Amino acid sequence: MARQLLKGNEAVAEAAVRAGLQSYFGYPITPQTELLEYLSHRMPELGRGFVQAESELGAVNMVYGAACTGARTMSSSSSPGVSLMLEGLSYIAGTELPAVLVDVMRGGPGLGNISPSQQDYNQIVHGGGHGDFKMIALAPCSVQESIDLTVLAFDLAEKYRSIAVVLTDGSIGQMMEPAELPEMRPVKFMDTDWAVRGAEGRDRRFLSSIYLDPPQEEQANLRMARRWEEIEANEVRFKEYYLDDADFAVVGFGSAGRIALSAVRQARAEGIKVGLLRPITVNPFPAKVLKEVAKKVQGMLVVEMNAGQMLDDVIRITNNCVPIEFFARLGGVMPFPEEVLVEIHRLAKGPLTTEGDPRSRWLKRASAAR
Amino acid sequence: MVAPETQGQKVYSRPESLTVTPTHYCPGCTHGVAHRLVAEVIDEMKLRERTIGVASVGCSVFAYNYFDFDFVQSPHGRAPAMATGVKRTLPDKIVFTYQGDGDLASIGMGEIVHAAARGENITVIFVNNTNYGMTGGQMAPTTLPGQKTSTSVNGRDVETQGFPIRASELIATLDGASYVVRRSLNDPKNIRQAKKALRTAFEVQQRGLGFSFVELLSICPTNWGMTPTQSIQWLEEKMMPFYQLGDYKISQAVAGLKF
Repeated sequence: MARQLLKGNEAVAEAAVRAGLQSYFGYPITPQTELLEYLSHRMPELGRGFVQAESELGAVNMVYGAACTGARTMSSSSSPGVSLMLEGLSYIAGTELPAVLVDVMRGGPGLGNISPSQQDYNQIVHGGGHGDFKMIALAPCSVQESIDLTVLAFDLAEKYRSIAVVLTDGSIGQMMEPAELPEMRPVKFMDTDWAVRGAEGRDRRFLSSIYLDPPQEEQANLRMARRWEEIEANEVRFKEYYLDDADFAVVGFGSAGRIALSAVRQARAEGIKVGLLRPITVNPFPAKVLKEVAKKVQGMLVVEMNAGQMLDDVIRITNNCVPIEFFARLGGVMPFPEEVLVEIHRLAKGPLTTEGDPRSRWLKRASAAR
Repeated sequence: MVAPETQGQKVYSRPESLTVTPTHYCPGCTHGVAHRLVAEVIDEMKLRERTIGVASVGCSVFAYNYFDFDFVQSPHGRAPAMATGVKRTLPDKIVFTYQGDGDLASIGMGEIVHAAARGENITVIFVNNTNYGMTGGQMAPTTLPGQKTSTSVNGRDVETQGFPIRASELIATLDGASYVVRRSLNDPKNIRQAKKALRTAFEVQQRGLGFSFVELLSICPTNWGMTPTQSIQWLEEKMMPFYQLGDYKISQAVAGLKF
């Protein structure tokens, strides 16, 4: 396939179609709406299922129903809409069904605004509704990566009977970049012993998240926990930049990671030995490589578009073995590479400490600056 | 279960679409009657291998234990959305929801109204017993004015607790709904009428004629604090005047149905 100039949200939609998306259910919310709009004509054109639902509650439960049939199914939304979907996600996870969700994050909390942010990290990585379950979360930083990770999301969801989230933001969703779409894959129902498609020539099946007998519910939870261990062992993805000889490391995912890369390149040009670790799977988190990087460098800078939701994970994983600093823009404000560069300069200059709280230091600086 | 026989001829037996499972429903509850009617209709139409039921939350949360065909179980109120997801993915299958009044007319009001408005080609079986049975008899959107429940201990006061919702009448106002009727499970005649309505509803779906909705007035002796006989009497004296039986919407295509 040739490279084309594609808009992030539409590229994700077409990538899903080519990955074998059989039915889609969504609700308008900026900055995700192009996904819904695109699929509203694309899916019927291919004879596949499409419903503009009455709400995100409706949409996620339509996905729940479609997932029960063993079809590749998906919804997409943005932060406040995803909050509404958490109930359904818990049920889908509790029923151990594969489903894909695209979360094009915006500024918040509350209604917030329609600008890019990373406010849903906790909601997707540590939250996702009630109960002990985890969702695979893939964080692209470009249109091409959005396409690739959307296809991967369907494959991983199916492989592990899990929810896979493409955790992107308004910036990547709205931007246009040259990218290549994959070949069209055939639509087919998963070959399973659990899907509900009518009890023709076999015993009835039922799909539910109910285990009225607590020991059985415990077994289900243990099964999910073991499955997650398997995912952690096999599916961690990340990208390293300039880390081989680095004295300092920046850690950032998605848009923040991409912006940080510009700053890292600039710093390298100035002779500062700094690299970047960009988690692609923010769940499972690339903990092993982070630990290795932490041992090698003199200091780390975590850059996010939220108030340190991933920072908490970095602190927990590195366990005080390396000085950490933090930089963020919030509420839909994107950081400039120059701002990150200033932070890299600060890191390189020192003094560095493992004492205190990186978030407090950042907040103090941010308060003084504005 | 042993079928009673008359002169060697079997006249009554368990429908193929019901499993052999001891019921969890309370003595006297009409869920059992409703389940049986649905199963008989599915059998008669030979739909057992093509049907997918969607259970809701409430007493009928365990409906999937009793029906011998494929089932899924939805979050509270979301059954019409889940059914939409199944049906849009498997348009050739028969998909129905089985919902109580708390599930359908309170928390699930958004989902049911929009499924009907879309003319979703599914069947909804709405069991109305004027209270939340599963959680112990709280006031529901269908609780009658003055009716005592565990959250309206002095009787529903419409000044502070609002008025009951007549779901069939409401759904019937939507252009997308093709077949909307209210029946009652209080006596043999009405039970036969209810079965006929369920048959019609599934025929509507099988022929792709759109959204079908059958409300069934039911009793809840346990939470009403009455015997089953008293409950039937209460249904007839209190519920039926407020929730009048009848056909609230018969689309032109449905009116011409012959089966």
